[in-house]
Amino acid sequence: MPSLKDLKNRISSVKSTRKITKAMQMVAAAKLRRAQEAAENARPYAERFDAVMGQLAASVGDSETAPLLLRGTGKDDVHLLIVMTSEKGLCGGFNTNIVKKSVQRIKQSRQEGKEVKIITVGKKGRDVLRRTYADQMIDHVDHSDVKRVGYGDAQEIARNVLDRFDNGEFDRAFIYYGEFENVVTQHPREQQIVPATFGGDEGEAPADKTLYDYEPGEEQILADLLPRGVATQIFAALLENAASEQGARMSAMDNATRNAEEMVDDLNREYNRTRQAVITNELIEIISGAEAL
Amino acid sequence: MADTMRFELVSPERRVASMEVTAVRIPATEGDLTAMPDHTPLITTLRPGVLHAEGPEGEMEFVVTGGFAEVGAEGISVLAEESHSREEMTQEKLDRMIEAAARRHNEAKSNFENEPGPVDDAAKLLSDMMAMGDHIGLSPKQSNL
Repeated sequence: MPSLKDLKNRISSVKSTRKITKAMQMVAAAKLRRAQEAAENARPYAERFDAVMGQLAASVGDSETAPLLLRGTGKDDVHLLIVMTSEKGLCGGFNTNIVKKSVQRIKQSRQEGKEVKIITVGKKGRDVLRRTYADQMIDHVDHSDVKRVGYGDAQEIARNVLDRFDNGEFDRAFIYYGEFENVVTQHPREQQIVPATFGGDEGEAPADKTLYDYEPGEEQILADLLPRGVATQIFAALLENAASEQGARMSAMDNATRNAEEMVDDLNREYNRTRQAVITNELIEIISGAEAL
Repeated sequence: MADTMRFELVSPERRVASMEVTAVRIPATEGDLTAMPDHTPLITTLRPGVLHAEGPEGEMEFVVTGGFAEVGAEGISVLAEESHSREEMTQEKLDRMIEAAARRHNEAKSNFENEPGPVDDAAKLLSDMMAMGDHIGLSPKQSNL
């Protein structure tokens, strides 16, 4: 049976842990609000972009001269996976889920005899993937000193990816990130960015289609915009990821705080019981001592 | 005929402006164009330049680079990778943009030695950027080309 002093020490250590997790939860909540705002602000751009690109892509169709980024290289041998995770841990299953999703694709692609290349964004995903797929990892983007994700960060990644595409290093590219639904639910998502895909591709196309004049031609516009589209998609994913990370951390820390509270209660009860036992013991000793006289 | 139309200017990080306008002068790749209500639907890419919007609420000027403008039945939306309102534009920002363009130009020169296409594009981007600087009265720093 632990002594009173031991129990006291344990109680105080659990209490300080609770304080820390509580503080982390509140920090995450504040950051989450900012991240959500950023994601909200970026939405109009991404949506308009997607809509216009969808229209353009539909009107250019599968023409021979369409840019490679839209049409693909005609091969499907090398897959590039861009896995976006967080820089810091203590956010529950957030990173694990994203990595799991990407590992599924890795296994499937390899089974089909394709070559897999991996670029990681964020330290946590790199650490896990490096254990099994060290040979496939070709690059890592460090975001540890990025406080707020900016469009410039996305552009950098996009340029990296596009340069590799121009050099023929891969045929298809996917991004992996956590999609933010609400504070308790984040879904790991997979999205193909090369060849480009657009949300509004087929949906309501024929119904309210306006005929646009294009200046310069459709294909030049596409060639100009497709690389920007990749950056936009990466940017949106980075923002979602940031919001998801904070959401995941918030709920993980909330759980930890609650656990610590429970533990403090249990320890307190044990402490009181032990204290009473000690008093009873002392009384017995005094009484039996008095009786012996 | 409607007197005004909706004008929206968005950059990847935020919505820069959203207002009713009577006319917008857009710096398009193939020359400036002014769009008024009931303009024919049009999509065009942008060159770095100054976008001028006129409306009941007054005139506004924005500095835009990289992106496209969509003139539709409901209004005009301009999506630009970088857009700042004229007042927010500082020498520092301009220098940064020109520097990026100059770097692209140099990269293009070294990467595509025998293809004039990308090099010319980058050179045009750079000179557009310089011209824009002149236009808004900020001296483009002489970058060593």
